[in-house]
Amino acid sequence: MTAKNKLKVATTSLAGCFGCHMSFLDIDERLFTLLEHIEFDRSPLTDIKTCSPDCDIGIIEGGLCNAENVHVLREFRKNCKILIAMGACAINGGLPAQRNHLPLTTILEEVYHTSPGLANGMIPNDPELPLPLNKVHPIHEVVKIDYFIPGCPPSGDAIWKVLTDLLAGREPELGHGLMHYD
Amino acid sequence: MSLTFTLDGKTIPFTEGQTIIQAAGAAGVFIPHLCYHPEFKPHGSCKLCTVKVNGRHTASCTMRASAGMVVESETEEINAERRALTQMLFVEGNHFCPSCEKSGNCQLQATAYHLGMMSPHYDHFFPSRPVDASHPEVLLDFNRCILCSLCVRASRDVDGKNVFALSGRGIRTHLIVNAKSGQLGDTDFTLDDKAAQVCPVGVILKKRQGFAVPIGERKYDKAPISDTMTEGK
Repeated sequence: MTAKNKLKVATTSLAGCFGCHMSFLDIDERLFTLLEHIEFDRSPLTDIKTCSPDCDIGIIEGGLCNAENVHVLREFRKNCKILIAMGACAINGGLPAQRNHLPLTTILEEVYHTSPGLANGMIPNDPELPLPLNKVHPIHEVVKIDYFIPGCPPSGDAIWKVLTDLLAGREPELGHGLMHYD
Repeated sequence: MSLTFTLDGKTIPFTEGQTIIQAAGAAGVFIPHLCYHPEFKPHGSCKLCTVKVNGRHTASCTMRASAGMVVESETEEINAERRALTQMLFVEGNHFCPSCEKSGNCQLQATAYHLGMMSPHYDHFFPSRPVDASHPEVLLDFNRCILCSLCVRASRDVDGKNVFALSGRGIRTHLIVNAKSGQLGDTDFTLDDKAAQVCPVGVILKKRQGFAVPIGERKYDKAPISDTMTEGK
């Protein structure tokens, strides 16, 4: 494949821990094979800050916990032909969504006002800081997601399987052993 | 004359009075299910075991087998319906597998794997369901309850204690503890109860023994639920 017809792949981590990206790197030397078929666009791996308008695949780690997450997700949906939710947080909110049964104000109060050891704590209110959402949401609740790779994180093998299935034009499928929600 | 019906084209023998799922299980054929348990009277509520009998949908845990029935189970149509039911169970509760000690040994999770559930599809409810840690030996985490009623049946029919019940109607149905305080610690529930052994998900958990088996060696890590859940095994 020449550089011209390599697929453009963008990745990002929203309300995630970058564990899925670490797992992505666990495909190890298969990254070289992958790079014969794809080039990275916006991604923590390239440090490119915005998506090219003609990305083929967008891979999203993490759910939506603030307004900036939603903005980035919409940018990916606008610029990527195929969007993949990678990992538990993108798929069901994951660990950040464990706050969902508590009112946001209660959480902010506890973190910045009433926790022991805080003196004159104030809830951050800088206009540069994205506002937190009332609840953490999985990304499929906001934009259409084409494929999902479950796992916390998905194994490198599971990520490899889905990407190679897509590159080969097959419907991605994870059998026993690769399919994990934990 | 021996009695038989066909299940996805395979001839299944049965004895008078057996349900479809019992006969299939005895013949080593897996039909997905959650509220069915071979030791208990069927409840027929989860609908995961739905099959088509002579073209009509029915729960295979409550339908008695009869000679010459044509039963379909592992079809794309029925599995798509089972997958949708499973997705609804996931979004109605709080099922965060990474932090659940039942993960890897959970029938809901293993059934979702079997059905190829890649996402919850629907919007999450994120309900608020406080846990009950009042009992010295057992934790109740209602977040994961799928209302299969197995603990209700086990406590009532085997243990003779009636510790659990389903309360409310429709979407408000929930598991309760039969004590004035509503707390498990105020009942005579013990770890030896049958009801402590039957939860298919991670609601009734023995305290102080979480995550005892490493990932890779848990029940459904080793084999898919379809290989482990028929009655011969």
